[in-house]
Amino acid sequence: MKSLAELDKLREKLQEEMRLREGKEDVKVVVTMGTCGIASGAREVLTAILEEIGKRGLKGITVTQTGCAGLCHCEPLVEVERPGRDKVTYGHVNEKKAREIVVSHLVNGQIIKEWTIK
Amino acid sequence: MELYRAHVLVCAGAGCISSGCQAVKSALEESIDRLGLKREVKVVETGCMGPCDLGPVIVVYPEGVFYRQLKPADAVEIAEEHLLKGRVVERLLYKAPEDGKTAVTSDQIDFFKKQTRIALRNTGIINPESVEEYIARDGYRALGKVLTSMTPEEVIECIKKSGLRGRGGAGFPTGLKWEFSAKAPGKPKYVVCNADEGDPGAFMDRSILEGDPHSVLEAMAICGYAIGANQGYVYVRAEYPLAVQRLSLAIEKAREYGLLGENIFGTGFSFDVEIRVGAGAFVCGEETALLASIEGRRGEPRPRPPFPAQEGLWGKPTVINNVETWANIPPIILKGPEWFASIGTEKSKGTKVFALAGKVNNTGLVEVPMGTTLREIIFDIGGGIPGGKQFKAAQTGGPSGGCIPARYLDVPVDYESLTQLGAIMGSGGLIIMDEDTCMVDLARFFLEFVQDESCGKCSPCRIGTKRMLEIVERITRGEGRDGDIELLEELGQGIKSSALCGLGQTAPNPVLSTIRHFREEYEAHIYHKKCPAGVCRALMVYAIDEEKCNGCGRCALVCPAKAISGEKKKPHRIDLEKCLRCGTCMEKCKFGAIYTI
Repeated sequence: MKSLAELDKLREKLQEEMRLREGKEDVKVVVTMGTCGIASGAREVLTAILEEIGKRGLKGITVTQTGCAGLCHCEPLVEVERPGRDKVTYGHVNEKKAREIVVSHLVNGQIIKEWTIK
Repeated sequence: MELYRAHVLVCAGAGCISSGCQAVKSALEESIDRLGLKREVKVVETGCMGPCDLGPVIVVYPEGVFYRQLKPADAVEIAEEHLLKGRVVERLLYKAPEDGKTAVTSDQIDFFKKQTRIALRNTGIINPESVEEYIARDGYRALGKVLTSMTPEEVIECIKKSGLRGRGGAGFPTGLKWEFSAKAPGKPKYVVCNADEGDPGAFMDRSILEGDPHSVLEAMAICGYAIGANQGYVYVRAEYPLAVQRLSLAIEKAREYGLLGENIFGTGFSFDVEIRVGAGAFVCGEETALLASIEGRRGEPRPRPPFPAQEGLWGKPTVINNVETWANIPPIILKGPEWFASIGTEKSKGTKVFALAGKVNNTGLVEVPMGTTLREIIFDIGGGIPGGKQFKAAQTGGPSGGCIPARYLDVPVDYESLTQLGAIMGSGGLIIMDEDTCMVDLARFFLEFVQDESCGKCSPCRIGTKRMLEIVERITRGEGRDGDIELLEELGQGIKSSALCGLGQTAPNPVLSTIRHFREEYEAHIYHKKCPAGVCRALMVYAIDEEKCNGCGRCALVCPAKAISGEKKKPHRIDLEKCLRCGTCMEKCKFGAIYTI
C-alpha cells in the first residue's frame, strides 16, 4: 500500500462487492425466475446483468431474483426499481438485450421504451 | 468486480464448527454447483455470529434471512428452495422460545436487536480470511488516517479522551498506558496483544481473533505509531488453533498489501507483528508472566512496579493490551473519541463483550453498552433460564471474579458496580447458574482450578489457596466445622493482600463472594449437614417412600453397594451405612418412590 489514496480506491471497489450485506436500498434490478422465466432464459439474463455491472464498475445496484410475476408469455422479465421512481418492467429480455438495458438504463438513465411492457 | 445476486454467510466460529458447519457448507456448495448457481450465489465463511446454541447458522443476503440448527440435508433444501426459487424455508427459521414467533431476519431476534457491536463489528459479517472484506468495511482506514494526518500525541490524546479502559479485566485507562510507554525512556519499544484467554467459559478474544483478526493488527500498528514502536507480538494460546491459523494468514495478507512491514502508506513508518504461541498456562494471562513467556523464560509473574509500560519486554517500554481492547481502537480513531464516550456509563465508556454460558437459553457471544443491567443481558438477550428454573446467580470474571445473586439483577454492569458487589468485570465470561447449583461446590471448582494453575512462585497463592481448597472440600463432604467460614474469610483476605500477582490476589474472590451473598448455604452445609441445591453427594440421604414402593426390586438389583433390601412385592429399605449416594436407584425407580432429603 503506497498511499492512503490507493487504499481508498481499493475500498470503494470492494465495498460494491459487499453491498448485498448492508441492506441498503438503492437501485434494484429484479429478474423474475419462476419456472417459466428460467425456461425462457432468465438465468443467462441474470448472469449477463451481473457481468455487465461488474465490468463497468457500476455502484449502488442490487441484483436479485423473484418468482413468477404472472406474465409468463413475456418472460424473461427484468424489473428496474429506482428509489422515488416508477418501476420499469422489460419483457422478452435475452442476454443481448440485458446488456443493453444495463448500458442504456442503468448507466445513462435512458429507458428503452420499446422493450417495456405496461 | 465480482458481483453476485446473493451472499450466503456460513458461521465458522469454533462453536458452529463443532456442531458441524463444515458439512453444512459443503452440502450447500455442492447443491449450488449442481443447480448451476455458482456464478450467482457466493458462499462466505465468517467468524462467530454469536448465537452459538443455534449453530450451525447461516444468513442469506440481500434479504438477510437467518437459518439455524442446520443439517446438511437442510442446506440442500435451502439451495433448492430459497436460492433457486426464491422461497424462504419457513421450517428452518428461528422461533422465539417465549411466544413461538418466527423471525425471518436476524434483526427481528431479541438476541441481536439489543446488542451494540463495536468490537464485534465485523465478526460474523466478513470472511476473516479475506483482507479485502475487512478493507471494504473501512479496514486500515484508521491506520491510514493516523499515519497521514495525526501526530503520535494526538493519537494518544484521542484514546485518552474516548475513556477506553482495558477489557482484560482490570480496566486500566488505555490512553494513559500508551502515554506512559510513549514517554518512557528506552528503545526499542514494543506492542503486545494479550490473547491468552484463560477463564473457564470465556471465548470473546478467541472469537475476535477468529472472526476479525485484522482489527487487532491494525490497532497494534496504530499504537506502534503512537508510542514509537516498530514491532508487535500477539501472545495466543496453542489451544486456539483456528485463531492462530487465521491470525497467521491475516499477518501474511497484511504484509502482501503493505499494511504491515516497511514504509506503510509511503509515510516511512514501519511496523510488523509476530505470533508467539503459549502453552496454555492460566498464569501467562498475567502481563508480567506473559512477557516472561515471550522472552522464552518460565511463565512466572514478577512484582510491579516497574510496570510493563516502563520496563516490559526485554526491559523495554511495552504496551500490552487485551484483544477486545485492541478491537475497539480503529472505530475510535475513525468516529472520534466523543462518539465512543457517548456510549456507556460515567466511568466506563463503550461496550463490553460477554460470553454467555451455563444455564441460559441463548448461550453465545453478546456485546452490550456498559451500564446494561444483568437482567437485560440474561433475560432479554439470553432468553432466560431453561426448563422454567429459577435464576440463582451470575458468575463474572471466572476464577478471579465473584457471584452476583438475583437481588442485584437490576444493577447496571460496569467496572465499578461489579467491584462493589465483590465480583469483577474480568475479561467477560458470564456464567449463569440456576437453583440446581450449589454455591459451595462452585467455590470448590474455582479453587481447584486456581490450585491447578497457580505457578507456585509465591506462598500465599501456592499454599494459601491449597488450605482454602481443603477447607471447602471438607465442607462439601459434610465435615465442616464451626469457625470454617471465618477461617476462609481470614485466609482469603490474607491471600488477597499478600499474593504476588493478579492471579493470587483475586483467587479467593469466588469463595469470598459466595460467602458474602450465600452465607446461609455454607451454614446449611456445616451446621445442618445439608446441601440445599442437592449437589454435594456426601450430604444427600436417599430414602424410599413406603406408600409408593410396590417392591418390584429393580432398585435392589442395580444398587452397586447392595444397600437396598426387602421382600418381593413389599416396600424396600435403604441401608444408609452401605449407601454410596450414587443415585442409580432413583434413576431406575419407575414409581418415583425414591427421594432425597
